[in-house]
Amino acid sequence: MITKRIIPCLDVKNGRVVKGVNFENLNDVSSPVELGKYYSDCGADELVFYDITASSDGRKLFTDILKEVASNIFIPLTVGGGINTIEDFDRVLKCGADKVSVNSGAIKNPDLITQAAKKYGDQCVVLSVDVKRVDGEFRVFAKGGREDTGMEAIGWIKACVEKGAGEVVVNSIDTDGVKKGFDIELLKAVQKVVKVPVIASGGAGSIDDFITLFKEIPEIDAGLAASIFHFGEVSIAELKKQMAKNNITVRI
Amino acid sequence: MIAIIDYGVGNLFSLVSSLKAIGENAVVTSDEEVIKSADKLILPGVGAFGDAIEKLNSSGLRELIIKQAKEGKALMGICLGMQMLFEKSYEYGEYEGLGLIKGQVVDMQGNLPENLKIPHIGWNALSFKKKSPLFEYINDGDCVYFVHSFYAENCDDALVATCEYGKELTAAVQKDNIYGCQFHPEKSGKVGLNILKAFCERS
Repeated sequence: MITKRIIPCLDVKNGRVVKGVNFENLNDVSSPVELGKYYSDCGADELVFYDITASSDGRKLFTDILKEVASNIFIPLTVGGGINTIEDFDRVLKCGADKVSVNSGAIKNPDLITQAAKKYGDQCVVLSVDVKRVDGEFRVFAKGGREDTGMEAIGWIKACVEKGAGEVVVNSIDTDGVKKGFDIELLKAVQKVVKVPVIASGGAGSIDDFITLFKEIPEIDAGLAASIFHFGEVSIAELKKQMAKNNITVRI
Repeated sequence: MIAIIDYGVGNLFSLVSSLKAIGENAVVTSDEEVIKSADKLILPGVGAFGDAIEKLNSSGLRELIIKQAKEGKALMGICLGMQMLFEKSYEYGEYEGLGLIKGQVVDMQGNLPENLKIPHIGWNALSFKKKSPLFEYINDGDCVYFVHSFYAENCDDALVATCEYGKELTAAVQKDNIYGCQFHPEKSGKVGLNILKAFCERS
């Protein structure tokens, strides 16, 4: 049986992790290299790194750091942020990323997914989508969730999977940061229309939220979260223990 | 020295760093002399079978790998590299593999229960079928990381481990000095590093 994946996500700016992360045994709380190793050692099934750098100088720094992160962890690594062209795919894959996540880049140019899937395989292309309810429908938001694109989300996700996205990260803006659980309604709607792995993001505040997610939607493949792991509110080891107790298949 | 055979497909970054992490000297190469002088060979691979085997054939590496393996040098195929060890693949056509291990590679589509997602992506538990030196440092039930849409079948007595995904899928094979992993040991945490270590320690 394939296991449910637990994925911590790190935002990196100019080569440093933002939102100070506080762990014991970590000398440098904003070093992506140390944090990557930490998560890899404590049972994370995969890591996601988002490059939130604005300048090209910062981006160069990010790729240097990425190489160091990638050579020190031995679990799958997904990299996103600022991926707009095939050259961007190439840049991060050469630094050791296993998968590349596209968000605004796919909205600007949906063919990017097709091109990348052809060149690197579907398994390499992750669609990341920010979704918010507007006038009773799910809408795709761009630019880090700041801009309503007017596009209906479920249809958009379906179309992107048909173009070759091999996985989908669904981030609910409505539940993000609220810490009251994942957006089950949205995730169920997405799950119904795609056959590729779906990763839930946005809203996890406790271990119970993950258990509810995997119980309510047994087809969901993974749960992604950031701050609750970073601030030690939820420990990955404890989370997995509780999942196993609840008969959810996990890698311990 | 471990030679990672470079035939122009796939990203070898993680494989090189994982071998480095276990203290092995690994070289990515397509050079005949380097391959001949290596203690062990790793045949990596991602992408489509047809493309990959065509590249091996046209570069002359096919005969070299077969000869080296038949002379007794330890060889490990990973993912598509494992699939190429078999006799045949039916991935978008029909292709002849290296024929070092008995078996064929077939599509999950149509052969697995409808409700399962394809590709098979994620961590899955190994179920040992036979003793293999590869498992020296790991346990039955340990999880490893898979990404694939095709799988090997009819491997007979070369089958050493399976995983459960709608049915029992070939996860690892071994025939004498020739080893194959459908999963990615370089992406499978400590368990994966321990599999690589066990392979590197074969004489």
